[in-house]
Amino acid sequence: MALNGGLDAIYTELIMENSRNPANRRELPQSRGLCTERGHNPSCGDDITLQIDIESGRIKDMAFSGFGCAISQASTNIMIDLLRGKTVGEAKTLCETFINMIKRESVDEDALIELEDACAFKNISNMPARVKCATLAWHTLSKALNEKYGL
Amino acid sequence: MQNPFADKIKDFPILAGQTDGKPFVYFDNAATTQKPRQVIEALTDYYETSNANPHRGVYALSEKATEIYESARAKTASFINAAKPEEIIFTRNSSEALNLISYSYGLENLQAGDEIVVTILEHHSNLLPWQMAARKTGAVLKYIYLNPDGSLNMDQASEIITSRTKIVAATQASNALGTLVDVRELAELAHKNGAAAVIDGSQSVPHMKVNVQDLGCDFMAFSGHKMFSSMGFGALYGKLALLERMPPFLSGGDMIEYVEEQSATFAPVPEKFEAGTQNVEGAAALSAAIDYINSLGIENIDRYERELCLYALEKMRGLDFVELYGPENRAPIISFNIKGVHPHDAATILDSYGICVRSGHHCAQPLMKYLGVNFTNRASFAFYNTPDEVDYFIDSLKSVRKWLGYGS
Repeated sequence: MALNGGLDAIYTELIMENSRNPANRRELPQSRGLCTERGHNPSCGDDITLQIDIESGRIKDMAFSGFGCAISQASTNIMIDLLRGKTVGEAKTLCETFINMIKRESVDEDALIELEDACAFKNISNMPARVKCATLAWHTLSKALNEKYGL
Repeated sequence: MQNPFADKIKDFPILAGQTDGKPFVYFDNAATTQKPRQVIEALTDYYETSNANPHRGVYALSEKATEIYESARAKTASFINAAKPEEIIFTRNSSEALNLISYSYGLENLQAGDEIVVTILEHHSNLLPWQMAARKTGAVLKYIYLNPDGSLNMDQASEIITSRTKIVAATQASNALGTLVDVRELAELAHKNGAAAVIDGSQSVPHMKVNVQDLGCDFMAFSGHKMFSSMGFGALYGKLALLERMPPFLSGGDMIEYVEEQSATFAPVPEKFEAGTQNVEGAAALSAAIDYINSLGIENIDRYERELCLYALEKMRGLDFVELYGPENRAPIISFNIKGVHPHDAATILDSYGICVRSGHHCAQPLMKYLGVNFTNRASFAFYNTPDEVDYFIDSLKSVRKWLGYGS
């Protein structure tokens, strides 16, 4: 139906799947020094906490808790899948690529391919009011990496 | 059920101007209302025929601007039945009006250990100024909470308002739940204990007959843009005797009597509180908006909006996936959640059907926390909304669930 033009581009199956049953919404075992970072969108109330398990400069595992809209929850879940196993430097670069994609700043095609499933959020840039939902997790992780590694 | 104002909808260019064939349903009137042609014309007419700096020039055009500004004051005073035009101070909005009271009355009259009583329903604009006043003076901020149905617990109010209370600050209608508060009784309780009653009329003045003398409140704040007028223009009502004793909030041009190198004396009320060149276009628009409301009759507006709100509530109660908040006796505001759907997703999907609703915490975070919800959707009505729009909204709510993969 023309009425809803663009809506299915946002609420894709991929995003819905990842928001309804996010596998990465869980608690990591507290055995070692986990890095945790809370991210919050005061205007809408989305509120997530990332747990990041970093070993020898590599993200060994990551999980999240908190609440938010379908877009913020799916974006967080997909980000974690993408970045698990990456070095902190690679993770930082991918965060920047994702945020630039959403902000419609120039991103080359090769860099976009690196984002894999996270490319599903590209159309969020057409909905300024929802941009913050999609980028929350990525900003939160960037901040954590910045604080811990000065990246 | 029919909208008795159906022939007035054409007065609102934005409602008539959606010509792309897509429905357009504006249910965010508690945030701001749309503007009728009469108000828009008052704005352009002011600049085309009457623009000059009021109160300053002795030439005819400046006097014309002054006349527009001051007649708006008189009209506003009579709209809420203030005893005198001087009891109306023009501000940018309710927020500025409430800040004015907290600075010029609160800071002057509060001491450590005194108590400020607010309700848990307050919009941040009638809460943060009192948090500030409490912080600066050592006064204590106390809350009146709700009955299970979302109405204000007046028994608790009579316990919590005591001789220690210096200020009772309450909304007359909650922007988040619609809850109507018996502010006459709160003002009585305040006065019995020697406290001042500050009322936030942002959501009541546009929708029901408000008579400040009958309510007995000492101060009331409201915003023009929520009552069909322009943004950036609102009013503070205050009893003249209190306003006269209060120091200025902002200082500068136009609010003085004599200025020496090291000191100044101030103009009388209301100029004392209106520093700098004022928003005359806003005054012209508010005048036109009040004329417009009066031509429909505020009691007629109130009656129809209540009827429409109850119609919507009843239909929504028939949807088992909708959670509703707030009491039966309410301003035309419905806070709700769709089970399993975050309000932001619901609002995005409703927008794709051409329906504007609010989603979030509605600038009432302590209330949301108290209710145990993080955020809600909010549909809020004005007289130009129709039962047909409500029916379309109800159908669209069913579609929201489908978009997010639920069966119904």
